[in-house]
Amino acid sequence: MSPTSDPGQPPPPAAIDQPPPDAPRPVETLLGIENVVKHFPIKRGIFFKRQIGSVQAVEGVSLEVRRGETLGLVGETGCGKSTLARCITRLHPLTSGRIVFDGVDLSDLSPRQMRPYRRRMQMIFQDPYGSLNPRRRVGSIIGDPLTIHGVAEGPERKRRVQELMEIVGLNPEHYNRFPSEFSGGQRQRIGVARALALRPSLVVCDEPVSALDVSVQAQIINLLEDLQGEFGLTYVFIAHDLAVVEHVSDRVAVMYLGKVVELAETAELFGSPRHPYTAALLSASMIADPEKARSAHRVVLYGDVPSPINPPSGCRFHTRCPKAQPICSVEEPPLEVKPGDPAGHVAACHFPVQPGETLVGATPAFSEALSSLAVTSPEAGRESAG
Amino acid sequence: MSLAPVEIPTQVLEPAAPEDGQGGGRAIQGRSPLRLALARLRTDRMAWVAAGMIVLMALLAIVAPLISAATGHSAYNPDLVNGTNSFGQPYGPGQAGFLLGTDNLGRDILVRVAYGARISLLVGVLATLLATIGGTVIGLVSGYFGGWIDALLARLMDAVLSFPYVLAAIVIASVFGGSLSLTIGVIAFFSWAAIGRIVRGQTLSQKEKEYVEAARSIGAAPFRIMFVDILPNLIAPVLVLGTLLVPVAIVFEATLDYLGVGVGPPIPTWGNMLADDQGSAGFGAWWFWVFPSVALLITTLGFNLLGDSVRDALDPRTERIFAMRRKGGAASGGPNGTAPDDSASVAEPAPS
Repeated sequence: MSPTSDPGQPPPPAAIDQPPPDAPRPVETLLGIENVVKHFPIKRGIFFKRQIGSVQAVEGVSLEVRRGETLGLVGETGCGKSTLARCITRLHPLTSGRIVFDGVDLSDLSPRQMRPYRRRMQMIFQDPYGSLNPRRRVGSIIGDPLTIHGVAEGPERKRRVQELMEIVGLNPEHYNRFPSEFSGGQRQRIGVARALALRPSLVVCDEPVSALDVSVQAQIINLLEDLQGEFGLTYVFIAHDLAVVEHVSDRVAVMYLGKVVELAETAELFGSPRHPYTAALLSASMIADPEKARSAHRVVLYGDVPSPINPPSGCRFHTRCPKAQPICSVEEPPLEVKPGDPAGHVAACHFPVQPGETLVGATPAFSEALSSLAVTSPEAGRESAG
Repeated sequence: MSLAPVEIPTQVLEPAAPEDGQGGGRAIQGRSPLRLALARLRTDRMAWVAAGMIVLMALLAIVAPLISAATGHSAYNPDLVNGTNSFGQPYGPGQAGFLLGTDNLGRDILVRVAYGARISLLVGVLATLLATIGGTVIGLVSGYFGGWIDALLARLMDAVLSFPYVLAAIVIASVFGGSLSLTIGVIAFFSWAAIGRIVRGQTLSQKEKEYVEAARSIGAAPFRIMFVDILPNLIAPVLVLGTLLVPVAIVFEATLDYLGVGVGPPIPTWGNMLADDQGSAGFGAWWFWVFPSVALLITTLGFNLLGDSVRDALDPRTERIFAMRRKGGAASGGPNGTAPDDSASVAEPAPS
């Protein structure tokens, strides 16, 4: 991936194990995310607003989503996962880059031109409370897509809505209820039914279970998996719960500060992570077996995620990386296959984690040394004292 | 009131109530927040008093021609022969068959107050309706689209709100000549911005909600999102503001008429009755001004009280107060069965 994004230019196929984008698109690629950049301007001034900076939420992400697969997207809060999801569904305009859906470039379509593609590309939202209009009945919420796209009207619409409610495990008799009369899990089922109403091929799930009880999470995940089999859906599944992502995903992309740092098949990524950030992320997830948990090694990262307004130079992770070297703050590592890895496993790191290597968390002294190179949060120093 | 898309259901929820209590009914009809509000409103005694005051004035307005026919007194034509005594002085209340007395042209004050109610209510309700519709639409557009549209419309609202409206109304009326439609138009024009501003603010907060994003992601057009998705969430503040705007509009109309730039002298209005009679009030004809004033007071008080009750009913946070009131009132034969049912169904979010 190129460190600077030149808008308009089709990017080099970085994270790609497929033919280049110029060739006729292979059928199995449903969604191409090509060097997508999303900056939110920060403006100041009352009358003459000038831009004083920008939040670089997504900084040149390239991914391919294959038909029928589930691509997991993990990363810390604020790493740009949700922004990327909204870029895919065109809820946010892109700063630059392309979203190619089934061979069609969506990035420059007008809202009117976009409508036929909206039918085939739906979204499930994180908050089952905020994402359902509290003043509308469930029947009309689920039936809305049918009305808007002129698919069904009147009794036919009602029949299809009730069918959808049954598919997602809701009582069709509750057609006339309001969202407030349902529990969190049921509400998320309503959201799923709405997303399925138009029989989409791609569903972008933006942390669909993170607001739910653990017991309910499993229900919703199983529902999503069943539906995938039944309707041949392709998922982009965003989460910060690694166990959930490991369970549902075929492939997993790890994001850090707006960039994809590693991408691999699920088992490959969880088995032998190459990027130190992935390794730290994995070691931080809880292990159910206490025996294993005792012997497990945790990689402790110091400091906070740097601000996306002013991201670190070079590799964005170098301020917190236990393996960082001087070159990391200067040169951005490309996202590429590391020696010894299968073709689909790419990582962006100058010094990838070797199999069997134990990562030692960056020592506070090391962090201090690094702070001369870049911004380090004050927490690192405090933790060294304690 | 003005909000056509939302039907205020008139058939109420007796059958649903016992079923909810047992939690058993198969096809449970979800109760809309509006229905719940209506149910709450019905338990509010002050709302009944306010509604009674408004109904009283409305009845007066409706039967005005009947009063005129029954008494044989015209609201318009001076009748110095029958309407004044042999010295040419107006009759006091109760004299010579004039229940509320006559004015100095011999016209029956009761008939004129009744006809005045027609003008007041017509202007009050119509102007409010126009202002509410206009303010809601403009506020929604301004808040939803943002950008330069918002900058333009928001500044326009500021400009309208900062206008010295009485002076402006006098100028407009003196240029175009006072008339009923002009009065309604002027009042609506100077009232919509108050509602527009509130609606704009509410729209700004609503459009950040995820349900709006969800609507966009399924391809809903902006106007559909504004009126189908966002508007129902703004009903509460709009309804309250609308109700409270009616008395303001009525007083505004009376003010314009009092100043002689309103509907115009031959037609009796409370405002011009007060204006006509002020010269005569000095010699003790108190009935000239007391009766129109009382009518004005009852009407505006009624709408203000109703507005307060509507606000309370639409705001679930006041539910506890209502529950307490209900408990107090339950002894006097209130429907006990509704109490647990209502408190159970208040689980819905506040209409922010």
